Amino acid sequence: MLGVLAFVLTDADVRIHPTTGEEFGQFDAVRLLYVHVPLAVMTYVAFGLCAVASLGVLIRRTPWWDVTAHAAAEVGTVFCGLVLITGSIWGRPVWNTWWEWGDVRLMTTLVLFLMFAGYLALRRTTGDPRSMSRRAAVVALVAVLDIPLVNRSVEWWENRTLHQQSTLNDLKIEDLTLFTLMLGFLMMGMVLAWLLLHRFRVGWLERAALDHSVAAAIVERRAETSEAEVRRSVGETEDRS
Amino acid sequence: MTHVGYLVAGWGITLGTLGVYAFRLVRRGRNLSARVPDAHRRWLEDQGPNGA
Repeated sequence: MLGVLAFVLTDADVRIHPTTGEEFGQFDAVRLLYVHVPLAVMTYVAFGLCAVASLGVLIRRTPWWDVTAHAAAEVGTVFCGLVLITGSIWGRPVWNTWWEWGDVRLMTTLVLFLMFAGYLALRRTTGDPRSMSRRAAVVALVAVLDIPLVNRSVEWWENRTLHQQSTLNDLKIEDLTLFTLMLGFLMMGMVLAWLLLHRFRVGWLERAALDHSVAAAIVERRAETSEAEVRRSVGETEDRS
Repeated sequence: MTHVGYLVAGWGITLGTLGVYAFRLVRRGRNLSARVPDAHRRWLEDQGPNGA
């Protein structure tokens, strides 16, 4: 409902940035930014949480941190993929291109996505779960270093990007545009929280199910062993008689 | 000037992807929950699998 509200709010010719507005006029396309920008910020939040949880994995070495890191990485990767897709769709009418390989922010975001995709691939490998968790935590801590590059790239390499410089920091938007963007942040923040909770639950249940199945297999094996021992001892008794 | 096609594609892909992902998460959670004893389902109530 909040998404629909964010979509219909604002006038069709509202412009989010003076330069872009004067030169191109975003018109309706600006409505895509109410989902694209919040998705990007929530991607930072999810990957930041993954980094904190990964530190927890390395320091505390408990399953809670491990499941949290995995959940945040997966949800963050979904969000990051959507950032790239919505940005590309927004770029076509506004920049007249789907993708620009020379754009620093696009490339650093793509690198971020690929690194966390690699993190998730690493989590699916077989082997000792504890060492795999530690390796994945190190990968996450390295990958998260890309976030400041993504965020600051428009300031540090302003001539090598199509993106405008920071809009929110300088409060270049106001009134209904600002309100709608804030609504987008609220909406996407709630979606992120919900997804994180449910992904955490799934991760926790996966561990519990594996633990339970191993425990059940041990009990079954012990039962088989004791049954075989009973039969053998009965057989020996009958042989003696 | 309108960009309805781009808007529908952008919002549709976002909401659709998040919706499908959320649905699959809930379904996976329910399937897994049926395979785990009650005592191990909630991480708030016990130490869970593998100690903690």
